[in-house]
Amino acid sequence: MEGFGVNLAFWTLAVLTLGSAGGVMAARSLFHAVLFLIVAFLGVAGFFVLLSAEFLAMAQVIIYVGAIAVLLLFAVLLTPRADRNNAETAMAAPAVLLAIALAAVVIFVIQDTDWATVTASPELTGAELGDALLSTWILPFQVASVLLTAALVGAIMLIRSSDEEAEDER
Amino acid sequence: MPFFAATENWYDFRDLSNLSRVILEGVADLTGEPVAYVVAILIGFVASFLIFVLPSQLIVGVYGERKLIGRMQSRYGPNRVGPFGLLQPVADAIKLIQKEALTPIAADKAVMYIAPIVFVAPAVLLWAVIPFGPNMIIADIPVALLYYLAVASLPALAAFVAGWSHNNKYSLFGAMRIVAMTISYEVPLVLALLGVVLLTGTLSLNEMVFWQKETTIWVILLQPLAFAVFFIAVSAELNRTPVDIAEAESEIVAGYLTEYSGMKWGLFYGMDIGYALAASALAATIFLGGWSLFGLDKWIPPWMILVGKTHLFYFLFIWTRGTLPRLRIDQLLTYAWKYLLPISAANLLIVATERVILVENDWVDKDLIYWLLAAINIVLAVVIVVGWARVLGYKPDSVPTRPRLVSEVGGYVPYDAAGGR
Repeated sequence: MEGFGVNLAFWTLAVLTLGSAGGVMAARSLFHAVLFLIVAFLGVAGFFVLLSAEFLAMAQVIIYVGAIAVLLLFAVLLTPRADRNNAETAMAAPAVLLAIALAAVVIFVIQDTDWATVTASPELTGAELGDALLSTWILPFQVASVLLTAALVGAIMLIRSSDEEAEDER
Repeated sequence: MPFFAATENWYDFRDLSNLSRVILEGVADLTGEPVAYVVAILIGFVASFLIFVLPSQLIVGVYGERKLIGRMQSRYGPNRVGPFGLLQPVADAIKLIQKEALTPIAADKAVMYIAPIVFVAPAVLLWAVIPFGPNMIIADIPVALLYYLAVASLPALAAFVAGWSHNNKYSLFGAMRIVAMTISYEVPLVLALLGVVLLTGTLSLNEMVFWQKETTIWVILLQPLAFAVFFIAVSAELNRTPVDIAEAESEIVAGYLTEYSGMKWGLFYGMDIGYALAASALAATIFLGGWSLFGLDKWIPPWMILVGKTHLFYFLFIWTRGTLPRLRIDQLLTYAWKYLLPISAANLLIVATERVILVENDWVDKDLIYWLLAAINIVLAVVIVVGWARVLGYKPDSVPTRPRLVSEVGGYVPYDAAGGR
């Protein structure tokens, strides 16, 4: 895809996504950080649209913005004093080191990979995606579902208070 | 186009997409592509929002709703401003604009300022994928239904953030309720829509209309259970009155809107109607045949048919709002997980089975098969709803034919033989 509109969209999205990702780090209130993270998620969804992956973009918005971000906000809300000044912490130096190391690895991989260029955008419909998911990739798909179920059960076990367990045993 | 007799001329008002195409080609010739890009967006906004949504919000959403609810509750409704009170929404809007928008001193001011804007934007975006006619669709993308669901999940986030920003416990209660409701009711809603997707075999809204046009049967007849689940879940997500516990004024003042005043509150109020209209347009498209009407869409402009069906569905919202009492939060959440979720899962199972039968057999008389399936599905829907209610232990112990005050206490109701009401 080439043209004025695509270029404009790409640079707008790039500035928006990187800016809000920076906001996540700079925001002193954890709540504001999550709000910036939502904007970054939306920017990534925009990149998927630019790559002709509409299905992936919609899934990104539904799952990350509609569900995960809301739950993150909820978790922040239920954590005592999460809204206060969160900028200074003793872990700042190790975190910066880790981030730089991770960035170095990612940049090295991007530089080292031989990126094949496709001239025509591949037409992938939702039906083909569904077929692939339920035939070739059935095992990872099922493993992911089992993992999510296990996580759900584990979370319920963790939050049960001793009163509730005593109630069940009676 | 064999199915649609409209010509390609700009003055054929049966398909307004011709007009916009002619304008866009002219603009592109005169000034170049980038300007045409911007003009296309403006035309889409004007056509769908300023010509259809805004008047519908004012006339049907505000005036019609208040008038009809007044009628159902034996009162007059607005009748002072203008002829029949028709200018009441305009008077309301002028009042809201000149009102001062207060901000509490302890509120998160930036977030409180941004939240109404974030709430409004998706309401406009939703109309991009609604097909008003065979060609009258702003963005004809293959994943239109997913797009709708993705964009429709944003306002709940905005409402939650709005409720948090006030630093007010009632607002926070409302915000938490709206998230709990959205997360609970999103699951049966998507499962119900998945049934329709399985049946029609497409995610594109326009292709769903074409499917209903070819099979000459509306999806509401083939999927009565999905329609019922969709209607209940969507009213819960939109905070319509029987289930509007996020802003229940008898419990938590006004929920997430407690500290908003003036036009900031007005934006939330107006866009709630906008979302209800968008949900009605979606329901009209996927359940009621969209812009098609048994071949009549050749003569009546298809966009008029869609607008009519949208308002017909919106009447259902008004009806439930005027007649049903508000439910409690625990009742609503239990209802979503214990009742709607198993029912929509059962519906999905039935549709999948029928789809396999339809695909594997090569019937000669397809129309008859679809009507047969419709009859089977309606019976199955009733059986599943009643059966699952019995399994959960709900059994109506009495069905009063007269109002309780009359039949049990023995109250006196004067009978007016001359008529009246």
